[in-house]
Amino acid sequence: MDAYSSAESRFFDEMVDENGELRASYRQIGAWLNGQTRGALRRKRDEADNIFRRLGITFAVYGSQEATERLIPFDIIPRIIAAAEWRRLERGIEQRVRALNAFLEDIYHRQEIVRAGRIPAELIVRNAAFLPAMGDFSPPRGVYAHIMGVDLVRTGPDQFFVLEDNLRTPSGVSYMLENREAMMRLFPEHFTGHRVAAVERYPEHLRATLNSVAPPACDGEPTVVVLSPGIHNSAYFEHAFLADQMGVQLVFGSDLFIDEGALFMRTTRGRERVDVVYRRIDDDFLDPLTFNPDSMLGVSGLFDLYRAGRVTIVNAPGTGIADDKAIYSYVPEIVEFYTGQKPLLGNVPTWRCGERESLAYVLDHLDELVVKEVHGSGGYGMLVGPAASKREIAKFRGLLKARPDNYIAQPTLALSTCPAFTNSGVAPRHVDLRPFVLVGDRIRITPGGLTRVALKKGSLVVNSSQGGGTKDTWVLED
Amino acid sequence: MLGRTASSLFWMSRYMERAENLARLIEVGYRISLTPGIGGHRNEWRSTLVSAASLDSYLARYGEEGEADEQKVIEYLLFDPDNPSSVRSCIEAARNNGRGVRSALTRDMWEALNSTWVDFVALRPADLRGGRLPVVLDAVRQRAMLFRGAMLGTTLRNDGYYFSQLGAFLERADQTARILDVKYYILLPRSEAIGGDIDTYQWETILRSVSANRAYRHVYRDGFKPRNVVEFLILRSEMPRSLRFTYRWILESLTGLAHYYGTAAPSLSEARGTHDMLEQGDLDQIFREGLHEYLLNFIARNNALASTLAADYNFP
Repeated sequence: MDAYSSAESRFFDEMVDENGELRASYRQIGAWLNGQTRGALRRKRDEADNIFRRLGITFAVYGSQEATERLIPFDIIPRIIAAAEWRRLERGIEQRVRALNAFLEDIYHRQEIVRAGRIPAELIVRNAAFLPAMGDFSPPRGVYAHIMGVDLVRTGPDQFFVLEDNLRTPSGVSYMLENREAMMRLFPEHFTGHRVAAVERYPEHLRATLNSVAPPACDGEPTVVVLSPGIHNSAYFEHAFLADQMGVQLVFGSDLFIDEGALFMRTTRGRERVDVVYRRIDDDFLDPLTFNPDSMLGVSGLFDLYRAGRVTIVNAPGTGIADDKAIYSYVPEIVEFYTGQKPLLGNVPTWRCGERESLAYVLDHLDELVVKEVHGSGGYGMLVGPAASKREIAKFRGLLKARPDNYIAQPTLALSTCPAFTNSGVAPRHVDLRPFVLVGDRIRITPGGLTRVALKKGSLVVNSSQGGGTKDTWVLED
Repeated sequence: MLGRTASSLFWMSRYMERAENLARLIEVGYRISLTPGIGGHRNEWRSTLVSAASLDSYLARYGEEGEADEQKVIEYLLFDPDNPSSVRSCIEAARNNGRGVRSALTRDMWEALNSTWVDFVALRPADLRGGRLPVVLDAVRQRAMLFRGAMLGTTLRNDGYYFSQLGAFLERADQTARILDVKYYILLPRSEAIGGDIDTYQWETILRSVSANRAYRHVYRDGFKPRNVVEFLILRSEMPRSLRFTYRWILESLTGLAHYYGTAAPSLSEARGTHDMLEQGDLDQIFREGLHEYLLNFIARNNALASTLAADYNFP
């Protein structure tokens, strides 16, 4: 097969350096890849598709009429991270999640950071993601964001940046686990030839994390449930998967009820008390009495029970304020403020369009910037300047002028590329990385995480809703 | 176990059982349509629709003139997403129920359920052309059997297993009783006097509808006789789709639940009533009281048991 080339590319490539030589971590995989025919790789890919299809790993794409369920494409070439690289990342992530939890505790109590003038008050109090109902309440162990997925991008050998902190209900961890499972079935020989750090203990760590934040009212072994909005949710598979892996019940709101100051689930033997709810529904739908009164997904009275220390909600309601895109640009200050240290992991430079000078700059450079809605997610409501048509740019110009506060802008990042198996053979495609972090009695970071890959040539959008795929991610041990 | 989980396991198995039965009914209809002069085509598709509990909705959709259209009937029973009793709807409902309790299923069960759905929705009416209908129907039955095999071979014998078994057997009992009831008039003793080729053929189709035409020959040396057919499907305990057999399993499953939970629920004594009625059943008496009445009574009891079960175990 033709040798892999990213020579003409101005992007950092994960596998080969600027001279076209294999990086140390890719020596074996690179050599193996060069020895494969296209037909052999295609057979492996088909085999992988089969494994995933049979397991029912599907992803509902909203608005896609003909197929409510579709496989997320899986790329069979792993993304490899060297041990030393990972150690640096891990330290940076740990510092960041400590700071973000400290920030949440602060803004729901004394708001020292606002008093110190480091963040404008209106950015907090006028933010839809800020929940006044959380004020003066301390969740068990002072942890707000227990489960996080930090989106990282890489632009050079040592240049990793945080693109987004996902502190609400981040998904994707099941893909990390299933991708590994599939890879071990497809290529057992690669795992004997490499020391790949295990990811399989994630469910066990998740369970330990959830147990560690049981409410004060719980004595003894806590009963944990995973609360899902239901089978039509795009991440339903993951909800079921995690419940199964942890050996806990997967519940819907209709399975739960509150009686005499406790939360119960309806079982075939009557009712059973619930202590910790790992919820995969948004704040808004948790409790119709406190939040959206039309919600059918949550449980009436849950929030009061939570504040009374009778049940723990994971992640805490109101964590969205810390991953809001308007707050994002302040995270480096947040890290310094609460840890007293320089951030080990940087942010992507960000223009806050609500600031007049920034807006002027952004409007002048729309064709080179990425513009994002402050509260958007999943790659919707986003402008990728260099790839956009004149009409799209004109549309965003109007949107920006009408509601500048609602947008931030970032430079188009030179995301690193990684070899992927495409219809035209093995070719460089842009990737990002979402490591998964657990915070409870201690911080646990699973080595690696989920690598998302933009399978369209030249595309920088890795979201699965926009044609992205995933890869198994290896952290090599020394 | 959540009440919803129990309910979903029950319905998952029930719908798979229903899909399998439906495939068999369609196959029988198709065979008769290939045999001119027996009973008339139009009649047979009508009785297939009745057995599949789809006649009213079919007529509402296509009107009386659509009835003779074999192609329409087949597509309606196999593929129509708006027909809640179509094979497609059954497989979808089974899978959605399974999906809702994904973590209560073994991987093998889920794979069987999921691959059945994935492969079935890929089918188009054009795939039936060229006499391929029996192939498709065979595939549906095989998948249902794969699912049952995965369930029996891989699940723990705990409460989930019993709920799943109860769904399958309550459905099977209902199907057998309804198929018999739809054809009861040709099984009444007086028709024995007529006893021509056509009747024999009709009796055989009843057995075929429950995959028992060969088994019948092993049990009864003489040819097809209505008395024997009725006895075989109601009272013979070696016949796995007979009412007596299904109620032995239903009673066993409910007893299993009572042991598992350490307490007997009202559904257990209710099932024992029906079970005893079948164990003590006597063919002469059934015909004396009226086969139709006997079957209607059975179907009502069977339905009532499903409701009691739902109440006993907190089904939503």
